[in-house]
Amino acid sequence: MLIECENLSVHLRRREILQNISLSVNSGEIVTIIGPNGSGKSTLFKAIIGAVPSSSGVIHKKQGLRIGYVPQKLHIDEALPITVKRFMNLPSGHSQLAIEEALENAGASKLESEQLMDLSGGQFQRVLLARALLGQPDLLLLDEATQGLDHRGSAEFYRQISHVRDKLGCGIVMISHELHVVMRQTDRVICLNGNICCQGKPEAVSDSPEYYALFGLDRDNESALYLHRNHHRNTLPAEMTHAG
Amino acid sequence: MLDDFLVRAMLASVGVALAAAPLGCFVVWRRMAYFGDATAHAAVLGVALSLALSIPIFAGVLVACLFMAITVSSLSGRGFTMDTLLGVMSHTSLAIGLVAVSFLSGVRIDLMSYLFGDILAVGKTDLWVIALGVMIVLALMVWRWSGILLSTINPDLALASGIDPKREQLVLTISLAIVVAVSIKVVGVLLIAAMLIVPAATARPFSKTPEMMALIAAILGISACLSGLRASYVFDTPTGPTIVCVSALLFVLTNLAHRLIPFIRPHFIGKKI
Repeated sequence: MLIECENLSVHLRRREILQNISLSVNSGEIVTIIGPNGSGKSTLFKAIIGAVPSSSGVIHKKQGLRIGYVPQKLHIDEALPITVKRFMNLPSGHSQLAIEEALENAGASKLESEQLMDLSGGQFQRVLLARALLGQPDLLLLDEATQGLDHRGSAEFYRQISHVRDKLGCGIVMISHELHVVMRQTDRVICLNGNICCQGKPEAVSDSPEYYALFGLDRDNESALYLHRNHHRNTLPAEMTHAG
Repeated sequence: MLDDFLVRAMLASVGVALAAAPLGCFVVWRRMAYFGDATAHAAVLGVALSLALSIPIFAGVLVACLFMAITVSSLSGRGFTMDTLLGVMSHTSLAIGLVAVSFLSGVRIDLMSYLFGDILAVGKTDLWVIALGVMIVLALMVWRWSGILLSTINPDLALASGIDPKREQLVLTISLAIVVAVSIKVVGVLLIAAMLIVPAATARPFSKTPEMMALIAAILGISACLSGLRASYVFDTPTGPTIVCVSALLFVLTNLAHRLIPFIRPHFIGKKI
């Protein structure tokens, strides 16, 4: 067990953002968090890294847990000149070999001497992933890491993630909007909307009424892409668990 | 050697330029240009304070700047945006400072020398205070560089790496206050922001890494100080403003050079500066 949240609640500006979140992540596991805008996905990550205080509940971390974090938005100011290599060496230096290996694992080889500002969206996300991989993290937190990538780009990115998991054996938690793209690469899906609505195997979650209630519209729009729907919506698959 | 007022002026300005370079880079990267202004305006209040309480000017200015900087940092994000807060605090402290100075009847104060500096009047004691301030700031910069840099890029990335961005911001804020306090004699309250920003902005197009930018800014700042000092001696102009003029001239010339000779720095062309 890498990390475990017990009845975690978070208030920001007197508004309750997260209520009673209980979840745990094991090494070698890929967990995807989905939820509508404002459902507290990023806040959950920020609570885990300690950027926002929890108002109740506890977060247990494995002794000496190393976290690699890829934030949702990272804007590099035009006034700040910085090469990929320098960025990778922040805050502390790593060997040339370690940097090359991390870049390769993230699928971003040979970008070392580029300016961060000049990278394309996909390259930039890969460099962020590479930086998070440095220092052998036990737990990777990816906050909408495929933002701004097209379908093919994000599918490729997720394949890279699952490759990273196989190679490094770390636990991975990612926030995503694109359940249908993530599905094949993920072990467990958590549906978040302030609290945990439902969780379980990806196929089970995408067929659950809770998921439908949250993403119903999306699903109708996407139904053309997914012709082989499960028709017995009322019989819930066995591996589903319900929260609350 | 220190008996010559020109030598003292040279050393003082070089010291300030050295400390201002890395700080100026952070001011530019973090878009805090107005912050430098506000701290400088608070310095006027500091001058009034130290004259009223007859304590050394450095001490009064340092206290006022620190108070201002820490208040703004801790209040930001609580319903006011940074620039609104800075606007309120900076002009309020300037106004209070000016009013306070007018109450000090016994002393005839040459406010001009604090607004624009009086580098040729830098004494031996001033020089030691400047040296001490510069060394503290440079030591802080070297020690906390990576942490402040990562917090500048993204506070959450810093947190995930075990760095507290609030603490780094405080270190930066304190360093800024120290630089403003020690450079008040050199360029004065109104022009300190220029000493911070102009060399850093000039260095940007020539730099590939943050460290390189700080280094080039230091070199540019020092050359502006030395040639400004010389120019003010030759043309008999006020020294502080002359230094800033030379600095601005360097900015204009290097930018022009870039536009005219595109092959100097191929990757930056086509982007707005």
